[in-house]
Amino acid sequence: MSTQTLSVHQPGAAIDAVDFNVEKVRADFPVLRERIYGRPLIYLDNAATSQKPDAVIEAITHYYRHDNANIHRGVHLLSQRATESYETAREKVRSFLHAADAREIVFVRGATEGINLIAQTYGRTHVGAGDEVLITAMEHHSNIVPWQILCEEKGAFLRVAPINDRGELLLDEMKALLGPRTKLVAIAQVSNALGTINPIKQIVRMAHEKNVPVLVDGAQATPHLSVDVQDLDCDFYVFSGHKIYGPTGIGVLYGKAALLEAMPPYQGGGDMISSVTFEKTIYNKVPHKFEAGTPHIAGVIGLGAAIDYLEKLGINAIGAHEQQLLEYATERVRAIPGVRLIGTARHKAGALSFVMDSIHPHDIGTILDQEGIAVRTGHHCAQPVMDRFGIPATVRASFGLYNTKDEIDSLVQGIEKVKEILG
Amino acid sequence: MADLRDMYQEVILEHAKAPRNYRALETPDRKAEGFNPLCGDRCTIYLMMQGDVIDDISFQGSGCAISRASASMMTQSLKGKTTREAEELFQNFHNMVTGRNHHDQEAQMGKLAALAGVSAFPTRVKCATLAWHTLQAALHDEREGERKGEREPITTE
Ligand SMILES: Cc1ncc(COP(=O)(O)O)c(C=O)c1O
Repeated sequence: MSTQTLSVHQPGAAIDAVDFNVEKVRADFPVLRERIYGRPLIYLDNAATSQKPDAVIEAITHYYRHDNANIHRGVHLLSQRATESYETAREKVRSFLHAADAREIVFVRGATEGINLIAQTYGRTHVGAGDEVLITAMEHHSNIVPWQILCEEKGAFLRVAPINDRGELLLDEMKALLGPRTKLVAIAQVSNALGTINPIKQIVRMAHEKNVPVLVDGAQATPHLSVDVQDLDCDFYVFSGHKIYGPTGIGVLYGKAALLEAMPPYQGGGDMISSVTFEKTIYNKVPHKFEAGTPHIAGVIGLGAAIDYLEKLGINAIGAHEQQLLEYATERVRAIPGVRLIGTARHKAGALSFVMDSIHPHDIGTILDQEGIAVRTGHHCAQPVMDRFGIPATVRASFGLYNTKDEIDSLVQGIEKVKEILG
Repeated sequence: MADLRDMYQEVILEHAKAPRNYRALETPDRKAEGFNPLCGDRCTIYLMMQGDVIDDISFQGSGCAISRASASMMTQSLKGKTTREAEELFQNFHNMVTGRNHHDQEAQMGKLAALAGVSAFPTRVKCATLAWHTLQAALHDEREGERKGEREPITTE
């Protein structure tokens, strides 16, 4: 099964969804018992960050209560335990991404830091004056600005592959932009503002034909799709722990071992060296070369617990459940007079963005909030996407594994209320 | 629900739908652009001064009901005011929408008092004050001299 076109139309996925017991999983998330202005919380802002299950909260607490010590440097038992938990989590991430080797997994603060790391190391050594970095018109600011900084410094150019009115990438145009000066392609697997799933495997093949490596921003893909970096054959892949039910402040950079080994270090400090004298410092092996200083150990352990949790439920079952929600929400919201969907790609995951005739998203967000419904309003850190559609902002409802059809019905009622108050 | 109706009063919705002084001045003495990065709202304020007195004021931009209504009402309340009076009014307005006013002060705010309901919605204060922050930048625009209109937009962040 292709990892990027997973949808309920595929027979396997549909069966998975039947097995998925949403009421049962809801009990795993303590925050879902919160009441907002006296109403049950309806959390539809999962693309911004997801809620945390007890398993993750407990893993972090357990670490601080029982195992807290610095890693890779103590002879004492506690340090050994902490190191082991940390490295076990790295192995869990490897398996989650289907990477070949745990050495290819670098812990960073999040998708943003992963992209900046590549821009500052691989980018600074491979991109020179007159060279080009190719991104797309649907990128999050975190996959735009690091490249602008790099291009500015090097006298290089940022090229942007366009999208159509549905919010789908124009592959022919993208192919035409892959030129002799292109040094890197950086692209989201799933767009946070539009929900579009990009055909990464095809794009990687296209870029590799021109010997251009590809960085994939998986921040919005990892919550919904099973990812196989070897099948995608991407060179770098980044994602954030907090969007897959793990803690904030921890994320992952995957890089093919040969590329990581050839790259200069990112930050200098402890743990990233094997020996230091004032004359010469020898860097540690990958991935440690890129993990300077005491890392977010509790975060890594929490991320490992989040991956265990996802795998226990089954990422395909989760994806199928969310796909059903997205399709149901699309159908219901689209049917409301005066609503226009932004992002109607044929392959989508996770997010439903919309605008309403003469009612600003911010007003919609405030009224929905009073109903206990948390949505995101604004430009979603993707101002170029807003400009492309000629709008200042959208309302975005984004779905997680614990959302239900009833919650979508409440969203629809909420939108009706918006029309009643502001219409 | 009572709170929502407090904020989205009839008069506010009416201003939002048909804002007053919504146009560009062709040869403004002063001009400034404001931007609320949180919601993408934009606002441009145009001023014609007669000495220290605001002779004409207008605005343009895109934004939510609160920011449009606030800009519209602001332009209405500032015509004929001195720079100093305008800044005092901003201070009072700011106190009002952040819930720091006494009720007797609200009584002196005239029509602007309709926006008092915003104080129950802390996330919306910046919507209500965008036009005012932009106004302040425009009032100080004079000192910018040659670079008039070329500054980065001021932001509410
Ligand atoms: C597509 C995409 N890329 C990157 C990021 C940045 O993630 P983080 O803020 O966790 O570093 C996000 C987060 O919103 C995102 O949606």
